[in-house]
Amino acid sequence: MTYFPEEVVEHIFSFLPSHSDRNTVSLVCKVWYQIERLSRRAVFVGNCYAVRPEHVVLRFPNVRALTVKGKPHFADFNLVPPDWGGYAGPWIEAAARGCVGLEELRMKRMVVSDESLELLARSFPRFKVLVLISCEGFSTDGLAAIASHCKLLRELDLQENDVEDRGPRWLSCFPDSCTSLVSLNFACIKGEVNSGSLERLVARSPNLRSLRLNRSVSVDTLSKILVRTPNLQDLGTGNLTDEFQIESYFRLTNALEKCKMLRSLSGFWDASPVCVPFIYPLCHQLTGLNLSYTPTLDASDLTKMISRCAKLQRLWVLDCISDKGLQVVASSCKDLQELRVFPSDFYVAGYSAVTETGLVAISSGCPKLSSLLYFCHQMTNDALITISKNCPNFIRFRLCILEPKKPDAMTNQPLDEGFGAIVRESKGLRRLSISGLLTDKVFMYIGKYAKHLEMLSIAFAGDSDKGMMHVMNGCKNLRKLEIRDSPFGDVALLGNVANYETMRSLWMSSCNVTLKGCQVLASKMPMLNVEIMNELDGSSEMEENHGDLSNLSKVEKLYVYRTTAGARDDAPNFVKIL
Amino acid sequence: MEAAVGDLMATELRLGLPGTADDDQPQMKATVPSTPRGKKRTTDTDAVEDAAAEEDSKHDVEAAPPVAKAPVVGWPPVRSYRKSCFQASSKQATKDEAPSSNTAASAAANTTIGSFVKVSMDGAPYLRKVDLRMYKGYRELREALEAMFVSSNNGGANLSEFAVTYEDKDGDLMLVGDVPFEMFTSTCKKLRIMKRSEATGLGSLRQ
Repeated sequence: MTYFPEEVVEHIFSFLPSHSDRNTVSLVCKVWYQIERLSRRAVFVGNCYAVRPEHVVLRFPNVRALTVKGKPHFADFNLVPPDWGGYAGPWIEAAARGCVGLEELRMKRMVVSDESLELLARSFPRFKVLVLISCEGFSTDGLAAIASHCKLLRELDLQENDVEDRGPRWLSCFPDSCTSLVSLNFACIKGEVNSGSLERLVARSPNLRSLRLNRSVSVDTLSKILVRTPNLQDLGTGNLTDEFQIESYFRLTNALEKCKMLRSLSGFWDASPVCVPFIYPLCHQLTGLNLSYTPTLDASDLTKMISRCAKLQRLWVLDCISDKGLQVVASSCKDLQELRVFPSDFYVAGYSAVTETGLVAISSGCPKLSSLLYFCHQMTNDALITISKNCPNFIRFRLCILEPKKPDAMTNQPLDEGFGAIVRESKGLRRLSISGLLTDKVFMYIGKYAKHLEMLSIAFAGDSDKGMMHVMNGCKNLRKLEIRDSPFGDVALLGNVANYETMRSLWMSSCNVTLKGCQVLASKMPMLNVEIMNELDGSSEMEENHGDLSNLSKVEKLYVYRTTAGARDDAPNFVKIL
Repeated sequence: MEAAVGDLMATELRLGLPGTADDDQPQMKATVPSTPRGKKRTTDTDAVEDAAAEEDSKHDVEAAPPVAKAPVVGWPPVRSYRKSCFQASSKQATKDEAPSSNTAASAAANTTIGSFVKVSMDGAPYLRKVDLRMYKGYRELREALEAMFVSSNNGGANLSEFAVTYEDKDGDLMLVGDVPFEMFTSTCKKLRIMKRSEATGLGSLRQ
C-alpha cells in the first residue's frame, strides 16, 4: 500500500469508522502516521489530562471536530471537590492557535469560562457545533458571544450545565443573518428568554430539527413556535402549567399534530396533569420520551400517556410510575431498548414506588431492552436471574438500590447470584453498576464473565482485596473503574499494575488504600498520574503524617490515570500528585 | 391526642428491627434490612399496622436532627443538576413557603413531608400516599384514588361501593366531601377507603 499516492491512502483511511482504528493505522509506519494525522478530522480525548492540548493540535492540525472530557464520572455526585480542575481554557486556546479550521467542539464535565467562549466565538470562522454537557463556569454572557459571532452556527446543545443567569439578552444576540440553526437546546438555562426573540429565531431557521426549551417558555409561545417547525424531530417543551387559556392548549394540539416528523419529547417540568391529554395525538409516533424531570405526574397520568406510545424505544421516567405503571409500559412498548427510572425521593432509605416486580415485568414484555438505569428500594436474586434470561442483550446495566448494602428482599442473601446471572447472560455487556449487599463472589462472576466490560461502578460492596483483584485480572477490556466505600486496599491497588496502562482511569474513594500504597504505585508506573485528595480540613492531617515513616494513613480519594502529559500544573492545593 | 398516640407507639409490637425508629443510630452505617414490603401479607390489618408503624417511625426520624438520617455524600448517585431541578420545582409547586434548609436532604424532605397523606383501602395489602396539593377538588381526588386502588384490584368495580373517609387533625373519622376542598386539605391527616357497609352513621352516603 505504500506504493499508492497519499491521496489514495488517505481516502482508504476515511472509511475507518472508529478512533481506535485510525490510531492503530497511524502506528504502522512513519508514512502512514503522517497521512493519518494530516487527514484526521475528528479527535476524541477521553481524559483532558491524558495529553497536552498543544500536542494534540500539533499532531492533528486539520481537525474539524474535537471532543474532550474532564472530571471523573463521580464528580456528578459531588465526590470530586470543587476547583479540582478540568479547565477548557487550555484546549480552546491551543486550538485557536493551531487549528483554526475547527468546526465542532464537544465537552463534558469541564470548567468553561465566558472568556473561553468569547475566544471560541472569535477564533474559528467555520465554527458550527457546540455541545456542552455537565459543564460549569460560564454564564449567559458567554452564550451571547457564541450567538453573536458564530455566523454558521448549526448546533448549540447545552445539556445539564450549571449556567449563571445574566439575563435574557443572549438569545437576542443571534443576528438576523443567522438562519443555519439545526439544533438548539437551552433547557438548562434557568432564566427567562425573550419570547419574541425566540419566535423570530425559530421563524428564520428552516432547518431546525431539534429544539429544547427551558421552563420559562409558555404554552402560547410554544404553540407559535411549533407552527413554524413542521420538520421538528425532537422537542423539549417549556412549562405546561395549568394557568392557561384553554385556547392556547388547543392551538398547541393543532400545532403538534402538524409535526409529523416529531419522534422525541422531553421537558414537561411542572406539567399539570390536566395538560397532558393535549400531547396524546403525538404519542403514536414517539420513539423517545423523557418525563424524568416531571414530579407532578403520577402513575396514572404517566401510564395514560405511555400506553399510547407503541413505538417507544427510549423512556426516561421517575419512580412514581410504580410497578403497576411499568407493567403498562411492558405491555405497550414492545420496541423498548432503553429505560431509565430515576428516584423522586433522594433519601437514602426513602420510599420508591418501584421494586423488582416492575423490572421483571419490563424484561418479560420488552426483550429488546439493552440499556438500563434503575433506581429502586429493593431487589431479589430471583428477579435478576429472570431478567437476565428475558433480556440477554444488555449493553448497559445500572441498578441502584437506594439503601446501601441492602440484601435480597426475600431471602436476605447477598445479590451476588443475581448480578452474576446478568454478566453471564449478557455477553455484550459494556457498562455495569452494582448495588445492594454484595460479597467478593460477585466480583468473581464479573471477572469471569464480563469479558467486554468497559466501565464498572462499585459502591459499598465486597469483603476483601480479592474482590477488586477478580476484576483487575478478569476484565481485559476495562477502561474505567470507579469504586467508593468498599474494603479494597493496597494489595488490590498494586495487584495488577500493568492494567492501568490500558485503562483510562481508576477512582477509589473511602476505601482502604494508604498513602504508602499510592506512592508505590506512582513509583512503579511513571506513565500514570496518581492524584490523592483530602478535604481541606484533612490537609493538616496530611502535614502531620508527613513525618510518619509508615505512611499508613488512608487516602480519602484516589484518582489514577494514564498520561503522556506528566503531572498537571493546574492542580489545586488539596490535590497531591505523587 | 397526639401525645397519647405517641405513647401507644412505644408499646406497639412491630416487625421492624430495633434501631429502625427511635434510636439515634445513623441509618446508613447499620446494615438494617428493612422488612420487605412484599412479605408483609400475614393479615390485612397486620400489614396496615406494620406499614403504618414503619412510615410513622420514618416520620419520627425525619423530625429528629440529621444524625438519624445522616445523608451519605453522593448517594443516591443522582446528578446535582437533577437534584437542583427538583428543588426548583418544589418551590414552584408549594403555595405555602417550605422553610429553606441547608442540606439537599432536608430540602428534599420538605417536598415529601408537605401534604402527602396515607391512603388505606379495606382489602388492599399496602397503603399508598397522595399529595393533596395536586388536586383542584374532590372530583380529581376521587379519580386519582380510583386509578390508584380500584383499577388494580377488581377490574370493573368502582369507588361507589366504597366510602372515602378521612381522619382529621382531631383524630376523628369524617366523610370526605362535606367541607370546602381547601379546608379539607388543611385538616386531612389520613385517608381511608372503607366498604359502604362499615360506613354507617357517617351521614348521607351519596354517590
